[in-house]
Amino acid sequence: MLTLLWTDIAMFGLVIGVVVAIWRSSKKEHLRRPWAKVFNNRVGVVSLTVVLVFLLIGVLDSVRLQYHDRLPNGDRNEHAQTLSVLDIILTPLRLQVEKTYSQPFSSTAYSKEMSVDKAGVSRWTYPRLLYGGAHLQNPESDKQADILSKLSKGLAQGIAAWCVLVFIVWLLKKNVFNSQSKGASTSLLTLLVVFCVVGMAASLAPYYHILGTDKVGEDVLYQALKSIRTGLVIGGLTTIVMLPIAISLGLMAGFFRGWIDDVIQYVYTTLSSIPGVLLIAAAILMAQVYMANNPELFTTVEERADMRLLLLCLILGITSWTGLCRLLRAETLKIREMDYVVAARALGVGRFQLLKRHVLPNVMHLVMITIALDFSGLVLAEAVLSYINIGVDPSTYSWGNMINTSRLEMAREPIVWWSLTAAFVFMFSLVLAANLFADVVRDAFDPRYIK
Amino acid sequence: MINYIIRRLLYVIPVLLGVNILTFVLFFVVNTPDDMARMQLGDKHVTQAAVDNWKQQRGYHLPLLWNAKEVGLKKASNTIFFNKSVGLFVFDLGISDSGRDIVADITQRMWPSLAIAIPSLIFGVLANITFALLLIFYRSSALEFTGLFLCIALMSISGLFYIIAGQYFIGKLLALTPISGYAPGIDAFKFILLPVFIGVISGLGAGVRWYRTLFLEEAAKDYVRTARAKGLSELQVLFQHVLKNAMIPILTGIVVILPLLFMGSLITESFFGIPGLGSYTIDAISSQDFAIVRSMVFLGSFLYIIGLLMTDISYTLVDPRVRLN
Repeated sequence: MLTLLWTDIAMFGLVIGVVVAIWRSSKKEHLRRPWAKVFNNRVGVVSLTVVLVFLLIGVLDSVRLQYHDRLPNGDRNEHAQTLSVLDIILTPLRLQVEKTYSQPFSSTAYSKEMSVDKAGVSRWTYPRLLYGGAHLQNPESDKQADILSKLSKGLAQGIAAWCVLVFIVWLLKKNVFNSQSKGASTSLLTLLVVFCVVGMAASLAPYYHILGTDKVGEDVLYQALKSIRTGLVIGGLTTIVMLPIAISLGLMAGFFRGWIDDVIQYVYTTLSSIPGVLLIAAAILMAQVYMANNPELFTTVEERADMRLLLLCLILGITSWTGLCRLLRAETLKIREMDYVVAARALGVGRFQLLKRHVLPNVMHLVMITIALDFSGLVLAEAVLSYINIGVDPSTYSWGNMINTSRLEMAREPIVWWSLTAAFVFMFSLVLAANLFADVVRDAFDPRYIK
Repeated sequence: MINYIIRRLLYVIPVLLGVNILTFVLFFVVNTPDDMARMQLGDKHVTQAAVDNWKQQRGYHLPLLWNAKEVGLKKASNTIFFNKSVGLFVFDLGISDSGRDIVADITQRMWPSLAIAIPSLIFGVLANITFALLLIFYRSSALEFTGLFLCIALMSISGLFYIIAGQYFIGKLLALTPISGYAPGIDAFKFILLPVFIGVISGLGAGVRWYRTLFLEEAAKDYVRTARAKGLSELQVLFQHVLKNAMIPILTGIVVILPLLFMGSLITESFFGIPGLGSYTIDAISSQDFAIVRSMVFLGSFLYIIGLLMTDISYTLVDPRVRLN
């Protein structure tokens, strides 16, 4: 049975929105040309492919099912859980929980413990992990060879899977490789790297904790993968909330002028004058008070955390529309005086038709650029907000929460560096890809950049 | 000029009123003082008497907007809105929920904030301009391409990582500076080194790109071509013409954030244990001290509006083409 949380619906809405936007802009010449430019740019294609891989993981994490786990002895767990497809794919990572910290690829625990061996002698040693490297007899001597053989096996599987993909693409569209466009081949080459990484990780993950385990023994790779959805929801959902407000108010202020303009300008000056973090903090504090006083509205911890994530996106959306609104107002002021708009008005086109047909299409480039630029900023903002405790719920997997908890672990001896590094690497790859993509989109859409 | 400034100052009033009403709605209408009291006092088993006592101590026992029990003007003045919100206009910020004088706290804590914020701003702008000019000087070369990619990479790293990595490598491994802490007076120097350095580095990516676009816009103009045509070297063109003319957007861009320097940086100050306004705000948020958060929201918006006003005025001062009338 399929169960949905609010942010899942929003996530699907986002994906559908993106698909519809692509389909619509592929029919309009003035939007198709810059997009063709983006797809012809190697950096653009590579970064878009990486973002899409992240998006795929996020969507897999949003499809929730009732699922019966296998118990350690192989029996079916009668107690069904609501799990996402990603959870089910990552079952070994999810269930192989150690006692506490362990280093990446380690087969022993992080700290020494008193243990009693078969002869009955108690010794002060590093105990073996329950799962990490548990299949090895002599971890010291065998581990390296085992990791290497699993790596090469995974690499081979990744390449094989990629070959199948290329074959399918070739079957579907035979001329894809000899056409002028660099897009398809660049994208496939990027996917080759992705497939190799995924293949190697998939062949190692059931036997080792590739990125170690955290304080309660949970696999860090699992946490980092689960955090992808949170980052995407924050970036995407906030944009969905922000866009309608910014577009409608910006167009209205610029088009109708007069008192409507005054009111809208007043509203966005007031909102943007409040320091963003403080407004978010105030709103989240209030939401917390409300949730603390109305516990009956949220039956499970998951629903509660989800509601907080949704609220966070709403609040971020409400605080971040002012920039785009200001841009659109200025642009509309210019466009409404253009000859073709004056001509259309003289021919008796109604005001809303005018806005829809003549003004909106001509400010769409600003909207695209802003979406692309804001997305990465929002993913980064999540980490900062979670650090101040006004971000997502502490029980939600997010890079911000990972950083927040691992900050104190830096003071341990030997230091626990892997949680922080994992969060860093995942966040950096998503944000870097989004930033590079935004840059290419801006170059393609901004008329000032056309040489 | 005077007329314009007065008109702009008058426009500040409705905006501040709007901020005030918005924060009032957020803090008192969405959740009643009862909710706040229960949250502050801990669990759900708080007695009504304890809640009433908490409200009484902080003046939250009054009605929100209209006190029907009083007579005359007091009907409007003896209310939460009048006591807690109108006072903000004359900077009577009142007493924090933990019973301290907020104005005294702020005047004491703004100095450490400024000690970090001002050097960060100065060195940040200098570093950004230097690197942006370098990129322009070597434009359409491999160096520019690498530089731009580095900028995007620097932008893609969360500010938290810069701080954590800086504290770990510079503070702990190399032991060049203290990891965190603060001391008043001249001793502050060694404590502000690391936060300022990290502040400059973390702003580098976005800053260099921003200044680069400013310079590029300037470099595309006709007078730059004339300067080249009359035989000036590229360095002379950059420093005597491009930089000089780009100073207008650069300066006005700095003026707008000057007042906000008082507020300090939330993250930097709390990581480095600096007793400034940023960490004050963070502490207030985490201890859910609504009075302080409300005061800081008001102070922040006030300073932002002052910044906007100063920007408009500075435009007329540095750019003779801008006329206000």
